[in-house]
Amino acid sequence: MKTLYIILVATLKTLIYFGILMLHVAYATYAERKVIGHIQLRLGPMVVGPHGLLQPIADVVKLIFKEDIIPIKVDKAIFRIAPLISLSAALSTFAVIPVNKNWVIADINVGLLYVIGIAGIGTYGIIFSGWSSNSKYAFLGSLRSAAQMISYEVALGLSLVGVILMAESFNLTEIVNKQGEYWYGMFLFPQIIGYFVFVVAMLAETNRLPFDLPEAETELVAGYFVEYSGIRFSLFYLAEYLAMFCMSALATICFWGGWTIPPVLIKALPVLGFVPGIVWFLLKVYFHIFLFLWLRGTLPRYRYDQLMAIGWKVLIPLALFNIVITSIFKYYL
Amino acid sequence: MQNRVKTVKELVVNMGPQHPATHGVLRLVLELEGEVIKKCTPYIGYLHRGVEKLSEDLTYVQSLPLTDRLDYLSSMVNNVGFCIAVEKLVGINVPERAKFIRTMMSEMARICSHLVWIATHALDIGAMTVFLYAMRDRESLLELFEMVTGARLTVSYPRVGGVRCDVDNEFLDKLYKFTEEFPGKVEEYETLIDRNRVWLKRTKGVGVITAEEAINWGLTGPTLRGSGVYYDVRKFFPYDAYDKVDFEVPIGKNGDIYDRYRCRMLEFRQSAKIIKQCIQKLPEGPILAENALRIRMPESPLKIDKKDILFEIYTEDKQIQEFIQKFTEVYASVESPRGELGFYIVCDSSSKPYRMRVRAPSFVHAGVLPKLCEGSLVADVIANIGSVDIVLGECDR
Repeated sequence: MKTLYIILVATLKTLIYFGILMLHVAYATYAERKVIGHIQLRLGPMVVGPHGLLQPIADVVKLIFKEDIIPIKVDKAIFRIAPLISLSAALSTFAVIPVNKNWVIADINVGLLYVIGIAGIGTYGIIFSGWSSNSKYAFLGSLRSAAQMISYEVALGLSLVGVILMAESFNLTEIVNKQGEYWYGMFLFPQIIGYFVFVVAMLAETNRLPFDLPEAETELVAGYFVEYSGIRFSLFYLAEYLAMFCMSALATICFWGGWTIPPVLIKALPVLGFVPGIVWFLLKVYFHIFLFLWLRGTLPRYRYDQLMAIGWKVLIPLALFNIVITSIFKYYL
Repeated sequence: MQNRVKTVKELVVNMGPQHPATHGVLRLVLELEGEVIKKCTPYIGYLHRGVEKLSEDLTYVQSLPLTDRLDYLSSMVNNVGFCIAVEKLVGINVPERAKFIRTMMSEMARICSHLVWIATHALDIGAMTVFLYAMRDRESLLELFEMVTGARLTVSYPRVGGVRCDVDNEFLDKLYKFTEEFPGKVEEYETLIDRNRVWLKRTKGVGVITAEEAINWGLTGPTLRGSGVYYDVRKFFPYDAYDKVDFEVPIGKNGDIYDRYRCRMLEFRQSAKIIKQCIQKLPEGPILAENALRIRMPESPLKIDKKDILFEIYTEDKQIQEFIQKFTEVYASVESPRGELGFYIVCDSSSKPYRMRVRAPSFVHAGVLPKLCEGSLVADVIANIGSVDIVLGECDR
């Protein structure tokens, strides 16, 4: 009976999570178009609904009913599976991400490792899609993605080691709680190098500008998903946005104190303590999402070799340096 | 089964003709090893419309709209180039006012064209915002074109012997206002990309053409000047009112993508300066030469020295010699936004050109692409295509 109860609750939680996430992703596309629109002095969606608010819904309807074209010479099975792999990998990461105190589907002890590991699986989707498409552009895109993912996953992982050292735990809830013990309530300040490395690596991991080389619409036309259309294409998009949310959530949890705000602020303004944690959490996540969009509106794209050079010659040494510094402080203080 | 196993070392990628970054319908066949380009072969001709041949069946005046369609991003300059060639052929003196108007319009076209260039070039490298900013500013120029000519892209405004219609004060006021505001807009683009580390990394030291190479390849325009060669048709063979306005020709130093980009950015400001001077100095008077409507084609024979031994040897036939001597030829060139745009016309005293050829800078620039691309990466191909600024309409003709 108890097992059944646990399963029921987990399913319910998952469904709620899933629904909310999908809505967020849909409106993330809207936000992207609006923010970029303002940066580029245009309106963005305005026609469907007030201020184009129903545009994401219309888009979803359109994408679902669009003809699903599968080229003759593709490897059909893999071609069909690829977007699902990307999507399910992106979705699975959210299982361990706490959005508020005790608001988490699975509070496991190796949460951080799990997220990084599962996020890496998303690459399989990209490589499979590029390979099975039987198109050279897609192939090049997927190869780029593989190389990029390998290089930046290392930097990403290493940048979080500082956090792990300070929190003495892989559990994401634990990491947030640990941050609350400091008066400044965030690992952002002591781990500023780690945060920098994390943000850059996070951009690369999610294939966003200036690191969107797997897509590189002007070089590789659209990169790995060039042969996809309709709903399958949108699954890749979904995965990309989910990855953005996931990485933003991870940045929030590991460096920005998750759903808490610095104790100093609460002391100064006790009213802030009554605001639900989820609000702070979402605000921090949206800040990072905005960062993604803002960078997209500003920066050109790196070249492939430059991207590799940044990953291996700048970020990884920086992350290692951060680990050394953190360890020394941890040992002596 | 054994035969089916192949060791593939090189990947052949067809970049174009339908590709977002080939600036039209250029097709590049790239032989890649990894992402490094081993061989690059440009193929052109996907936009070939036989403009040169068509014009042999049309009168000079009828050929004018065809020249619009060559370089559709700066059709005004093409029109002017063609008109100047015909004027030189038949010996028409263009009124001063028309000369100033043409100069003004040519520079507007240059700004328009460079705006599309910076827009697409930045977009190729990934900076999308610049694209929309540049398009916004181009719009105001196109509106000005529309005010005078009624058309935005293919204007057909100049005429042999002048221009089609006069400009009014409202137009001049608006244009003056534009020239006042425009340098600020250029600064806006520069803020976005000029000191941007990513941009610098993508452009500095990439796609280098030395001055000597540039001359040998026959490059012209900002692509040549980026390599540090001081050559501009407007300065060396001034036409229209270019000898009456004061402007500088910006040149680069290293001949890389960045220098070519800088040259064009500086040209923006120079063009605005020229337009301003043209507005200030615009004289009163007619806009079309008096004899423009009664053109007589030259009847003087081609001046070939009959004692020329080579001529004698190659044309022993008396009939051929007489045939050749019926003709007269002319070559006139203007500085288009892309480089030296020349029109070569052979006239047989009839109202239609016997032969017409266009010296299109884009065609020459497309030729240098293999040299620029080989040994670099796929991403550099895109940056290189953008940096030599080709328009395939002109290249394929």
